[in-house]
Amino acid sequence: MGYTASFALSLPEIILSFGAIALMLAAAWAGDKASKAISVIAVALLAGAAASLLGPSGSGGVGYDGLYVADGFSAFSKLLIYVSAAIAIIIAPGFFDREGEMRAEFPVLILLSAVGMGMMVSAIDLLSLYVGLELQSLAAYVLASFLRRDGRSAEAGLKYFVLGALASGILLYGISLLYGFSGGTSFHAVAVAMHAGVGTGLLFGLVFVLAGLAFKIAAVPFHMWTPDVYEGSPTPVTAFFASAPKVAAMGLLVRVAIEAMGPAGDEWRQIMIFCALASTILGAVAAIGQTNIKRLMAYSSINNVGFALFGLVPGTAYGASGVLTYMTVYIAMTLGSLLCILQMRDAEGNPVETIASLSGLSRTRPGLAAAFAVFMFSLAGIPPLFGFWPKFMVFDALVDVGMWPLAMIGIATSVIGAFYYLKIVKTIYFDEPSDVRFVPLRSTTEGVLILIAALFVSPLGYFTVPLLGKATLDAATALF
Amino acid sequence: MIQTIAFYLFAIMVVLSAGLVITARNPVHSVLWLILAFFNAAGLMLLVGAEFIAMLLVIVYVGAVAVLFLFVVMMLDIDFSELRGGFVRYLPFGVAVALVLLCEIVIAGGAWEAGPVELAGRTALAPDPAAIPNIQALGTLLYTRYLFVFEGAGLVLLVAMIGAIVLTHRARGGVRQQNVRRQNIRRPQDATRNTNPPVGQGVEL
Repeated sequence: MGYTASFALSLPEIILSFGAIALMLAAAWAGDKASKAISVIAVALLAGAAASLLGPSGSGGVGYDGLYVADGFSAFSKLLIYVSAAIAIIIAPGFFDREGEMRAEFPVLILLSAVGMGMMVSAIDLLSLYVGLELQSLAAYVLASFLRRDGRSAEAGLKYFVLGALASGILLYGISLLYGFSGGTSFHAVAVAMHAGVGTGLLFGLVFVLAGLAFKIAAVPFHMWTPDVYEGSPTPVTAFFASAPKVAAMGLLVRVAIEAMGPAGDEWRQIMIFCALASTILGAVAAIGQTNIKRLMAYSSINNVGFALFGLVPGTAYGASGVLTYMTVYIAMTLGSLLCILQMRDAEGNPVETIASLSGLSRTRPGLAAAFAVFMFSLAGIPPLFGFWPKFMVFDALVDVGMWPLAMIGIATSVIGAFYYLKIVKTIYFDEPSDVRFVPLRSTTEGVLILIAALFVSPLGYFTVPLLGKATLDAATALF
Repeated sequence: MIQTIAFYLFAIMVVLSAGLVITARNPVHSVLWLILAFFNAAGLMLLVGAEFIAMLLVIVYVGAVAVLFLFVVMMLDIDFSELRGGFVRYLPFGVAVALVLLCEIVIAGGAWEAGPVELAGRTALAPDPAAIPNIQALGTLLYTRYLFVFEGAGLVLLVAMIGAIVLTHRARGGVRQQNVRRQNIRRPQDATRNTNPPVGQGVEL
């Protein structure tokens, strides 16, 4: 395949990287005054990249001598990634302006991170997997400590960097073992070697690679960085971390598990089952004692990743489509919740993050309280809301392959998780109002985004099921 | 013949300068000896036909790593004589580490004699070294087959650069900065003036 064809396949990445470099130059000359304009152009670039997925970069096949693939799976994941990245860029100026720290590099770093995430979900070679992952992570470390004057933000960046570097090391070690014992870096070569028999070397490689990827999706036992990083990062960055990189890492994990390690399904299935159970249980139990709402969202993300992993356990196309559906609904729920958290500001405009300050919100800010309640009920997976549907899909996929005991345990853990979501709803609706009065909503964009997310996760979301179901199933069958 | 002479020259210089690295009293001299060792090691690499690694040693190790060492050694206020004071105390530990390393070298040598670990048969990507110089072979691979990850790695470095500047650069107030435009438009008559003070009186400014 010639280079022109390969370039056409990776058109989204090319648009985003050239755009990011041009915006960086604009930022260097125009300074931080231009950050609003740069944010708008960055969102337009993301929209352009998403539009380019309609062409060959949505379904063109393999390019760059087997380093890159553009199929339905990568296109669907990229669409989710670009939407979440665009939302992170849109909500950032409102937050950083109040801190006086809005800088023009923020949208540029998000764009470069989106390039990395695109490389991750399109990787069919261990090399492009690693480079994409590193590009995404490196931008994320900088974003975590973007508020330089805030000690917590610096701490979050440093913790994320040190632990992330460790995880990258573990992942690279696994990759080197897979390369050594399979003789190639492409997923296909690894699959061929595993088909011939999974020896000790390949098994060690598999475990190390999965450990490194589990760190990136924050699955237990590699979750310890999540609460601190989510709490310390500026809220728009937390919203970004909880959405786009999760989708990218999850997409990557699904592709590695099915395309590269498919023949070793019995080996990785045990790991996935353990990670899924441990994440759902720990995410639910550890969240109960939290008093900071951003920390609570971190545990909620750990819990949700566990449920998404249940969809990967059967190793079927239906299960993988369940994972994609789960991630779609999850980013709507989590972005919506974090947008609500962004509205929690006291009279001076300082962010408030305690759960106690939410008490009696239904009487002071009924609209915000209703949105919070919708997102919390949906995260808990309570039936009339749309959050129930993806949970149903992943457990249905488990039952399909006869793993109903596991499905039952999973449903039991979701009941534990419902406790702390409902506790927030109780605080909002039944407690006496607290002294903290939140300032009224100032940005209509944020209000509209909350409304869209709330409508999507409300029972109205079921109208999207035929469309979403077909899109995710098409995307997932591209892997098999 | 000339290769043998060159080999012994480089090899002796490497060993000698490596010895001087650890015996030199002044840490700055140690780093300078280290640079000499790197240069000679690069010469050895050239002799075995690995031009790329030779250039890498000179550019990366001498050009970047050793200069960084030099900066660190010169910037940090470490009393090296005090550090050496614990020599006898830490001697057993040092000997133990040396023994472990020696055992590992012996085992590795034995294992090397016994043949390679059973790895999968690798598809031969490596070209014939006689037909193509290895810098050219590496360049061809990097810019054709691995173009995608090569450019991706370039973006990773760009992000690292942007990140370093975002996290550390700040505009400080009250600093006298150079303004090239103002310097250029300034004429000599604005800046200097000739005075002719009478004898016995000072200059008034």
